[in-house]
Amino acid sequence: MNAFIALVQRDLRLALRRKSEVLTALFFFVVVATLFPLGIGPEMGILRKIAPGILWVGALLASLLSLGRLFAADFQDGTLEQMALSSTPLPLLVGAKIFAHWLLSGLPLALLAPVMALQFDLEGAAVQALVLTLLVGTPLLSIIGAVGAALTLGVRGGEVLLSLLVLPLYIPALVFGAGAVEAQVSGIGYAAHLSILMAMLVLAAFFGPWVCATALRVALE
Amino acid sequence: MLSVSNLSCTRGERTLFSGVSFDLKPGQWLHLEGSNGSGKTSLLRIATGFTPPSHGCVSWKGQPLTQVRGAFHTDLLYLGHALALKDELSALENLQADAEIAGRAFVRTDAVASLQRLGLRARTRLPVRVLSQGQKRRVALARLMLQDAPLWVLDEPFVALDAQAQDLVAEALSAQVQRGGMVLFTSHQAIALQGRGERYRLNA
Repeated sequence: MNAFIALVQRDLRLALRRKSEVLTALFFFVVVATLFPLGIGPEMGILRKIAPGILWVGALLASLLSLGRLFAADFQDGTLEQMALSSTPLPLLVGAKIFAHWLLSGLPLALLAPVMALQFDLEGAAVQALVLTLLVGTPLLSIIGAVGAALTLGVRGGEVLLSLLVLPLYIPALVFGAGAVEAQVSGIGYAAHLSILMAMLVLAAFFGPWVCATALRVALE
Repeated sequence: MLSVSNLSCTRGERTLFSGVSFDLKPGQWLHLEGSNGSGKTSLLRIATGFTPPSHGCVSWKGQPLTQVRGAFHTDLLYLGHALALKDELSALENLQADAEIAGRAFVRTDAVASLQRLGLRARTRLPVRVLSQGQKRRVALARLMLQDAPLWVLDEPFVALDAQAQDLVAEALSAQVQRGGMVLFTSHQAIALQGRGERYRLNA
């Protein structure tokens, strides 16, 4: 467990000294979420209707932006080799990397979402649904993305391949995430959607790190 | 004891080497020689368990590597071509992260002392990014003095080092052999090490 904390700390410290990478993804989210109301115009009805989808797709693309670097940096400078050779289980270390990635990309997005929701005139309960589903959904995106990043590690043109591989796998998260907000707006309540998202997260958190670790060992061969 | 028997490695159509066998017993070093492209690094990566061999087997303390991976990794210190240093972190932070992630205890005073021995006294707090190539290698080699793993596998530990640092590293390798450890390394230079050991030549 100490190794887990040490790796999370190291990744956070690295991000602090290389702020641009984290801020780029956040700025991207803000810009995407702002362009839509500007392009569509002040039509409250339409904006309210498209808000969940747009905010979720924005969050999804923003989290994809930083995925390419998730293992690539460690792979290039040889730290990944040392991790694979350490006595700490590799899935645990992969879990730490995914957790750090979520802290740096998913969590800020979820916290920024209410501010972005203002532009779409979402009501209070819907904003609550949005934040909650993003809090549960973004770690899911990080885990699925990490599997994709591990599988495409060291492959030429890996970044493009990564998007092609990962985006279809994001669909369930998107459907239930954006669906939850829509359900809340139309008065059904979002509890069911949130439960399904949580179930997906539990499943992914259990299997994801193992799949990643296996893919990373193949990449290191 | 690390033993390698009848190892061969193929890259695509080409056979890099075949029929490589040697034993590395406690208190011995083995200097792997060979021209560029003869498969020295590939051999080290097979011996550390990264790459499965095309043929043959590697065993640690009499058991195949694939079965004792966890125990083997606790006993192993590997330094590859990539230095495993983070450019943004200082030398000390790098050593600390490296030790803690691997689940080893990190003693700050020891780390400072080993960096001092390698002549990096004034640079322990600078980000590794601003160090020269040779100084970066020295930081990576400070691990040799901080870890008491029985088996060291080092890929070109002497490259990019000045004469003084080369002596220090040779000294560290000799000390490791003398306290009953094992050292497997590649180098193009003729290195005089104390203790028992031999050279193994890979033919391209």
